[in-house]
Amino acid sequence: MDMLKCTHKRTVRYGAAFCLLTGLVILLSFLNLCMGSSSLTLREVFAVLTGSSTDETAVRILTMIRLPRMLAALVLGGALSVAGFQLQCFFGNPIAGPFVLGISSGAKLTVALALVCALQGGFLLRAGGLVAASFVGSLLSMGFILLLSGKLRNTSLLIVCGIMIGYICSAVTDLVVTFADDTNIVDLHNWSMGSFSGTDWGDVQAMSLTAGAALVLSFFLAKPMDAYRLGEAYARNMGVNIRRFRVELILLSSVLSACVTAFAGPVSFVGVAVPHLVKGLLGTAKPLIVLPACFLGGAAFCLLCDLLARMLFAPVELSISTVTAVFGAPVVIGMMLQRRKHG
Amino acid sequence: MILRTENLTAGYGKTAVVNGLSVTVQPGEILTLIGANGAGKSTVLKTLAAMLKPLAGAVYLDRKALSSIPETELAQQVALLLTDRIDPERMTCAEVVASGRYPYTGRLGILSEEDWRIVYHAMDAVRIRELADRSFHAISDGQRQRVMLARAVSQQPEILLLDEPTSYLDIRHKLELLTYIRQLAGAEGLAVVMSLHELDLAERVSDRILCIKDGKPDRLGTPEEIFTDGYIRALYGLEKGTFHALFGAPELPAVRGVPEVFVIGGGGAGIPVYRQLQRQGVPFAAGVLQENDLDYPVAAALAAELIAEKPFEPVSPEAFDRALRVLRECRAVICCCKTFGAMNEGNRRLKQEAEKAGLLHDH
Repeated sequence: MDMLKCTHKRTVRYGAAFCLLTGLVILLSFLNLCMGSSSLTLREVFAVLTGSSTDETAVRILTMIRLPRMLAALVLGGALSVAGFQLQCFFGNPIAGPFVLGISSGAKLTVALALVCALQGGFLLRAGGLVAASFVGSLLSMGFILLLSGKLRNTSLLIVCGIMIGYICSAVTDLVVTFADDTNIVDLHNWSMGSFSGTDWGDVQAMSLTAGAALVLSFFLAKPMDAYRLGEAYARNMGVNIRRFRVELILLSSVLSACVTAFAGPVSFVGVAVPHLVKGLLGTAKPLIVLPACFLGGAAFCLLCDLLARMLFAPVELSISTVTAVFGAPVVIGMMLQRRKHG
Repeated sequence: MILRTENLTAGYGKTAVVNGLSVTVQPGEILTLIGANGAGKSTVLKTLAAMLKPLAGAVYLDRKALSSIPETELAQQVALLLTDRIDPERMTCAEVVASGRYPYTGRLGILSEEDWRIVYHAMDAVRIRELADRSFHAISDGQRQRVMLARAVSQQPEILLLDEPTSYLDIRHKLELLTYIRQLAGAEGLAVVMSLHELDLAERVSDRILCIKDGKPDRLGTPEEIFTDGYIRALYGLEKGTFHALFGAPELPAVRGVPEVFVIGGGGAGIPVYRQLQRQGVPFAAGVLQENDLDYPVAAALAAELIAEKPFEPVSPEAFDRALRVLRECRAVICCCKTFGAMNEGNRRLKQEAEKAGLLHDH
């Protein structure tokens, strides 16, 4: 029966795609652990991971620096592309993403403000505080975008507005950073450019818990997301509680992108480029399949970009957005051209 | 399942579009909404589907108010076909149809084998099986319309709401679709409420017709009660042209003026000639037609002057004289009749007179 044959063909394709993505994540994870200013062999890395290593330096480099940084790139990259996919579903536009809509920049602004206030007050802001500040910023930007979306039916215009919001927030952040206390500017400046460097185990724990919970909940939104692909009217007719679904989707997407911004600063284009590439790879946009694939794809993408950011001009380190933009922006342009062709 | 509205006011926001609608639709019944563009047919359908909240009154399924039925339960009972275009990303037609199974699937929305069987059954029923693996973007508007109907059917509803289901369809698919809807109502006992623009089709397929005019239900009745010449004219505010209730077909407005051409018609042969003259903007006279002749309603709509005779009566001398007078004033005469008998003996003589006067044109 053609139905079964077709289903089978698809299953094979999905399986192959997931194997490829998982393979890439594993490969890139190990590359990230091995490569750096002092390279380690795979055997050394395994020795450290299994706890049988006697090389003090190798242990310190891996457990204190490379491993948390690698995990940050993995988790946050995945979270970011899932957040992008959710926003694309919400706005029915494949160019929507946390960075494009100014949500990352909003989060960046509130985090910068929180950091500066904390520094001035003389207390240290912990990971949880950062995520909370970032979440507030994400929601503020998101709320503004939603307000505009009520007035602008055209989603292209909405995205232009999002980019403008992004610029405004970045400008204010720069202002805050410029007038911040001298000694802390360097750190803050690095962060506001976007980077996975300086991630410690406390951060990894906080981001894994936050992003992990949000990702699991996101996966259970796959069903209404699927119905929503046919538009609001049909989704409602299929029994989706539209209001609740939209609130849930926006909150989860905001948590995910807030988590990224809190720990790595704004990271551009991952949220748009990765879902697009993943959908192309899978040959479907079915959320149930695309959501986990997006996580793997985003993880692989950010692991690769972070590796390049560290290695290309070592010892000088590039900001993560520099690298993601070089790879991501052409994908987005290609996507828009493709869309134009189709109609 | 019985769909019932009670003094329903449907509209958007605070603006009422249709006021005071009370109607009951029984299982197996097709109720068609007709009315001018913007009369509020879609608004009523969307309110019946619980997509719009009633501004006043209520909609009931059996005895339960629509607003009190949980979403999933409602989705299993009411399916909808809209005119809105959808733009799903990377979806095959089978996937679009399969989305109709949504209210029956579990937490993750995975379809069972039984679900797929229903999906393919629905696709077979509207004959789109061969489109199953095609991208929804790559098919025509007419095919999309049928895919969306299959989607609604795979939802296995008891109430089917269709907003202009025949739009984009060619004549063959219109007939197939309406035959299928009739079958759904008949064999499966679905209650169908739909809006149609094609009055001829509405007249043939509907059990009852609801006419909406000036923001309220104007008439509700069987097609025979609704389709009278004068009423359709009033419902749509026809100022130009006419509507034949019996044919269910419209005619463009007549060309007025002194007749230039006389058309001898009868038995349906005159209709194409009348229409051709109308298109060319030539005022013409038609005669002599019995009032029960097939040509008569079209001639009545299009001719500048019509010489008629009572049903089943031969052409009387008075009618003949009048026709001859008009005929002599024309610059040409067209005779559409191939054969003559007792009833149209007068027409044969008219033809002879025209020939004698050198006015007769070959047809």
